[in-house]
Amino acid sequence: MESSENGPVSAHGHLPTDPELRVKALEEILVRKGLVEPAALDAIIDMYQNRVGPRNGARVVARAWSDQDFRTALLADATGAIAGMGYAGRQGEHITAVENTPDMHNIVVCTLCSCYPWPLLGIPPGWYKSDEYRARAVREPRKVLADFGVTLPEDKAVRVWDSTAEMRYIVIPERPPGSMGLDEEALAELVTRDSMIGTGLPMEPQF
Amino acid sequence: MTRVHDMGGRFGYGAVLPEPDGIVLEESWHARALALTLAAGALGRWNIDMSRHARERLHPREYARFSYFEKWLAALANLLVETGVLDNSDLLSCAGQQTPRPLSACALRSKNVDVLFGHGSPTTRDCPGLARFSAGDSVRARRLAENRLVSGGHTRLPAYAAGACGRVLRHHGCHVFPDSNAHGLGEAPQPLYAVAFPATELWVNPEHPRDEVVLDLWESYLEPVQ
Repeated sequence: MESSENGPVSAHGHLPTDPELRVKALEEILVRKGLVEPAALDAIIDMYQNRVGPRNGARVVARAWSDQDFRTALLADATGAIAGMGYAGRQGEHITAVENTPDMHNIVVCTLCSCYPWPLLGIPPGWYKSDEYRARAVREPRKVLADFGVTLPEDKAVRVWDSTAEMRYIVIPERPPGSMGLDEEALAELVTRDSMIGTGLPMEPQF
Repeated sequence: MTRVHDMGGRFGYGAVLPEPDGIVLEESWHARALALTLAAGALGRWNIDMSRHARERLHPREYARFSYFEKWLAALANLLVETGVLDNSDLLSCAGQQTPRPLSACALRSKNVDVLFGHGSPTTRDCPGLARFSAGDSVRARRLAENRLVSGGHTRLPAYAAGACGRVLRHHGCHVFPDSNAHGLGEAPQPLYAVAFPATELWVNPEHPRDEVVLDLWESYLEPVQ
């Protein structure tokens, strides 16, 4: 293959094809040249495996469910509102929160790549990055919801947000009707990752 | 006119397979590929639009065959060579001698990871002049979803929305323009809008007449509708 600005490029073809060997080889080259520090790789993995994930988003949703002023601020300027809770950073520099209502259900996708609000939800799950989800979520969101076991009332509209720019979206699901009286911590336990992408609903409290 | 990554609306795909909360980096090499890509990006030799374009420029057969993080790795190797950080012989002799490079002074240190990723890289900029559209305006997405600056270049207007009419929901402020920034032609910021398109405008057989798809589109992707 020819290498050019917009044609296919194939420098990667010089590396081993097996992905596990490929990443090892590339890491070794970059480390030996002093361009990558192995401890920095470990720190990045620790951040996204152990510290940044959907529990962050769940706390934001729980607060929005229990504090009307916060909810208003979140819907007006989510980036600012979540920064106040300590959530900010890469792939979440600009965030918009969209609320589910009795009339409207929101779903988030990235048809062009895999844009996702990392500071609130972490690294996206495999299905979010799959060809199936990227192709179908915009054209047949209700059939995609059925794959997740979710059926919406016929009179509820669906709004699909295709993340085509650097704005990242989080869905504020409807608060479960049986959750009155629960504090923020207990509410956050009901908020699933998929409910903040829009492919799921929050759990009902178990008493 | 479009590349294989532009998947919105394509036919032929099967069921989406949900996964339980908690599983995101299934294999240890996925985590390593993610971290290596982020750490190499911190060298500052390319921007996010260039790295997206590098994945999109993989040969269509490779794009379709590679798993997600295989695309990242292939694009990373290509970018490292294209930007002169490595050359092909470095990749070929991966077990051989590797001499340190001056660029290693820019290498990401573990102590800086939290600050760097905790801050990120905001894309809002000041724009000259006024925004052309405001919430409620009717607009049409350009009929051809192609980069107007570079033939076959990077663009963020999906083909499925090209030529469709919608209405502006929000003005997001001015943001770096990927069609320019992906090619080293400058950030050229433009107003960015969330535009809602009725499903009936996008698809021959929409699932429901009230459903909508919202896209974030730069001002030059849009034209006014009277």
